[in-house]
Amino acid sequence: MTESHAEAITFPFGRPDPFTPPERLAALREERPVTRMTYPDGRVGWLATSYPAVRAILADPRFSSRRELLNVPVPFPLMQEMRRPADPGMFIRMDPPDHTRYRRLLTAQFTVRRMKQLEPRIHEIAEERLDAMEKAGPVQDLVREFALPIPSLVICELLGVPYSDRAEFQQATAVLLNLESTVEDIRAAFARVAAFFARLIELKRAEPADDLLSGLITGGELTDEELGNIGFLLLAAGHETTANMLGLGTFALLQHPDQLAALRADPSLIDNAVEELLRYLSIIHIGPIRAALEDVEVDGELIRAGEVVTLSVQAANRDPARFTDPDRLDITNPASGHLTFGHGLHQCLGQQLARVEMRTAFPMLFDRFPDLRLAIPAQEVRMRDTMSIYGVRELPVRW
Amino acid sequence: MVENALKVTTDTARCIGAGMCVLTAPKVFDQSEDDGTVVLLDESPPPESHADVRRAERLCPSGAISVREDPGTA
Repeated sequence: MTESHAEAITFPFGRPDPFTPPERLAALREERPVTRMTYPDGRVGWLATSYPAVRAILADPRFSSRRELLNVPVPFPLMQEMRRPADPGMFIRMDPPDHTRYRRLLTAQFTVRRMKQLEPRIHEIAEERLDAMEKAGPVQDLVREFALPIPSLVICELLGVPYSDRAEFQQATAVLLNLESTVEDIRAAFARVAAFFARLIELKRAEPADDLLSGLITGGELTDEELGNIGFLLLAAGHETTANMLGLGTFALLQHPDQLAALRADPSLIDNAVEELLRYLSIIHIGPIRAALEDVEVDGELIRAGEVVTLSVQAANRDPARFTDPDRLDITNPASGHLTFGHGLHQCLGQQLARVEMRTAFPMLFDRFPDLRLAIPAQEVRMRDTMSIYGVRELPVRW
Repeated sequence: MVENALKVTTDTARCIGAGMCVLTAPKVFDQSEDDGTVVLLDESPPPESHADVRRAERLCPSGAISVREDPGTA
């Protein structure tokens, strides 16, 4: 039976277990992969759940990423700020040609080659974190000790943050990412990070080095405001995402001991294991979000100009029409083509860095602690169900 | 049966520098040092690269790679 358009759904929430998406998503993908959805502000837009629909919309320039055109499918305290154009430099919420200009400048800094060059440093950073964990004792929160600091220190490396300033940078950014932080704490930390970037930009102008920020500055095309915003963007995009992949990925492997054993038996599986974890875990579990610039028909539904569509990458990555046995974690299953990094013009700029970080950090963790296991019952691990990036809040482990 | 030769073309104006092609078919694609966009190393790749080149075409997020069969040179 086809439901009438008047019966718009609301965004599906509530997982039956930490690794299974809300069940409603699978039903929608089957019955009506592009469906009407009511947003919290009462406006009616769309939700897309199938792999072909999500991928097609991400690739279609008739769908915009401009911040002022978007809507958010879940209650969102900063909604009012969303309704104006993105600040200078915040190119993920822009369309061409504004997006193109920034993206080009950054793409030059994010080549596969440059990311591979960072590999030895990532190795050293992970080694230091593992040493600290081992020294500190037999039960530790993997999120605080491993998953969060590694990407943070890698961003420091990439941006060229001096060693003497890294503790301060990590402290301030940890407040931004701590779910228990108060609004006042977060405001203060924002101001600290902004001041930090301003000082760093000044330093790099005076003494350019071989790092991303210096590269952008010597290009001479960007204002200090743009550079500061880009710094924030890289921090937001590169820290919480990889951190949650490391935390949730470890949880997933510990809960799927056959997969962990397979990886240990054949370390060459790591590249595909990372892709499969990206697909299976789909930590971007709410969006991305786009707005139609003109009337567009997708999968037999007419999305009108101005209407907002939420693209459920998490549902698309479990589409049985695209992936074999998609609800099973199988690190030998070819997972390339997943949409976790998006698709189209906005596909993740830092994806190769994220891959290098995960390919380095997971094997090192499991090598160092052959007997790594949860320190609390699995059902007591608190999940980030309502956060824009899914993951574990903390992951107490022992070895 | 001899497989037809492939003719690869790239469009640097569309390229967003995601780097998927370099990872998938490193003998055929590279990234420019200047702006990170695609550099085509081999527009007529050998048969052993064909599967990778076709995969790179499918994975390219911006549709900057086209692969077509070149029957004339089979």
